[in-house]
Amino acid sequence: MEKILLRNIDVPDSHTIGVYRSRGGYRGLEKVLREMSPEQLIDEIKASGLRGRGGAGFPTGMKWGFVPKDSPKPKYVVCNADESEPGTFKDRLLIEKDPHAVIEGTLIAAYAIRSHTAFIYIRGEFSFGAQVLARAIDEAAAAGYLGKNVLGSSYDIDLILHRGAGAYICGEETGLLSSLEGGKGWPKVKPPFPATHGLFGCPTVVNNVETLASLPWIIEQGASRYAAIGTEKSKGTKLFSVSGHIEKPGVYEVDMGYPFKQFLQEHCGGVPEGKKLKGVIPGGASMPVLRAEELDGISMDYESFQAAGTLLGSGGVIVMDESTCMVRAAWNIARFFAHESCGQCSPCREGCHWMEKIFRRVEHGDGKEGDLDLILSVSGNIMGNTICPFGDAAAMPAAAFIKKYREEFDQHIREKRCTVTSSTSRVPA
Amino acid sequence: MMNAVKFSDESLKRFGEIVGRYPKKEAAMLPVLYLAQREFGYLSCEAIEYVARLMDVPVARVYGVVTFYTMLNMKPIGRHHIQVCRTLPCALAGAERITAAIKAKLGVGVGETTADGRFTLSEVECLASCGTAPMMQVNDDYYENLNEQSVGEILDKLK
Repeated sequence: MEKILLRNIDVPDSHTIGVYRSRGGYRGLEKVLREMSPEQLIDEIKASGLRGRGGAGFPTGMKWGFVPKDSPKPKYVVCNADESEPGTFKDRLLIEKDPHAVIEGTLIAAYAIRSHTAFIYIRGEFSFGAQVLARAIDEAAAAGYLGKNVLGSSYDIDLILHRGAGAYICGEETGLLSSLEGGKGWPKVKPPFPATHGLFGCPTVVNNVETLASLPWIIEQGASRYAAIGTEKSKGTKLFSVSGHIEKPGVYEVDMGYPFKQFLQEHCGGVPEGKKLKGVIPGGASMPVLRAEELDGISMDYESFQAAGTLLGSGGVIVMDESTCMVRAAWNIARFFAHESCGQCSPCREGCHWMEKIFRRVEHGDGKEGDLDLILSVSGNIMGNTICPFGDAAAMPAAAFIKKYREEFDQHIREKRCTVTSSTSRVPA
Repeated sequence: MMNAVKFSDESLKRFGEIVGRYPKKEAAMLPVLYLAQREFGYLSCEAIEYVARLMDVPVARVYGVVTFYTMLNMKPIGRHHIQVCRTLPCALAGAERITAAIKAKLGVGVGETTADGRFTLSEVECLASCGTAPMMQVNDDYYENLNEQSVGEILDKLK
């Protein structure tokens, strides 16, 4: 499999502009500024089939195309580096090891919509990543890739690094924009979409780190080469972050459409200590869990995961072996969402806490008859009833854990105790 | 009391630079709050009122922001803020044992600060270090692939 996103990360000093340029870096930006109009650039990215890598999978070129060309308002591009989806750590790798690819991608996106101010919104906890990016931005500015009259093209672009302060919801694009406007990270009702009414009410594009880091290669090698990789609706390569009970955890670049089971077995080394696989969350904690036997025939692309009743999401693969208590795992995820709900919409604000409480009492032997149906009811009432996708992200995994491992939940309630021994169990709170 | 909280000349200069970086002043809210937290140690009600005046926004707006984000503190915290990730990938790798080891070593519970003001212990949600779990963040630094022994050795080095 060809490395597109991870092509530089094993090279010593890959974070420096010297190494990045020696490996062809910033040629994509030079090409768009010298040879392409913004319209041609948008068409090229549409032709590549690139879809947003933050989780939603929306076609990137189409997203850019929604920005009005004739708006008198300033336009903004924001690189979403607020990586917070549990099980996902691919953007952190790109930021720390290949910051110039992220910067170059951001500048290419800015040129596509004729924006003159771009932001990188990085989660506050990524202190080291922010230092790496800050240094890289200074290097890029000194080399003339940023600022006034970039490479003599008469195009001006300013890039501002902005640190978040600890809130998962700021990874949601409108929550991010509220945060960048100096407020709480409360998502906004869509429509209107950020493409027309984004930052400060101005046309704005928000793209994920991985999406943007894909752009330099696509521009340099051509959309058709990128589109030749993958499946009909999932083009190119995708980064998968693999964690949990797996022999070789880490970030892997995979051609879209690769067999999932083979990936886990051959590339990641399978489940350690000869234990059996119990379940896998394929796309970050927001996505429905799959039982081991459901992995047969799944390929790693948007369509295949969807057909299996889950989603590719951020590509955060969390592997659980037979020792895992699924009640405790479900409780852990419910607790995450209860902690991170922004509090704006009642179904999510109240529902996430109720789901967390009920999962907790089932795990600790205080579950009652009807508790599982109560969680399913709460989950069903959150689903689709909130301003942003966070509600669905909390509701989907809760329902999936119960539906897929119902017998284990029932047993907890019947026997009034946790019936599974695992690394996540049995430490008193 | 109200006027006791004030930026140093150096921070005031930095404040001007930060605000000047952004297309609108209110966008500078988080970096200005970081600046205030660094100077004052934590964001007291007086500090929040001071930032509101500097930023030309109502106090309630700043208060809402400070209470929304986990990295902004309204109470004093220890010199070393230990934040152990508790989310699923870390939990699968034994994060609870790490927290238990820290509690036993320091004699404090989650959310508490040691009597000498050296450590505050918190449990936090996913820090995007799942491939090197279990892990903790202490102030700005990540410590990964922890076990009960290594976490003790790390804490011993933090004075």
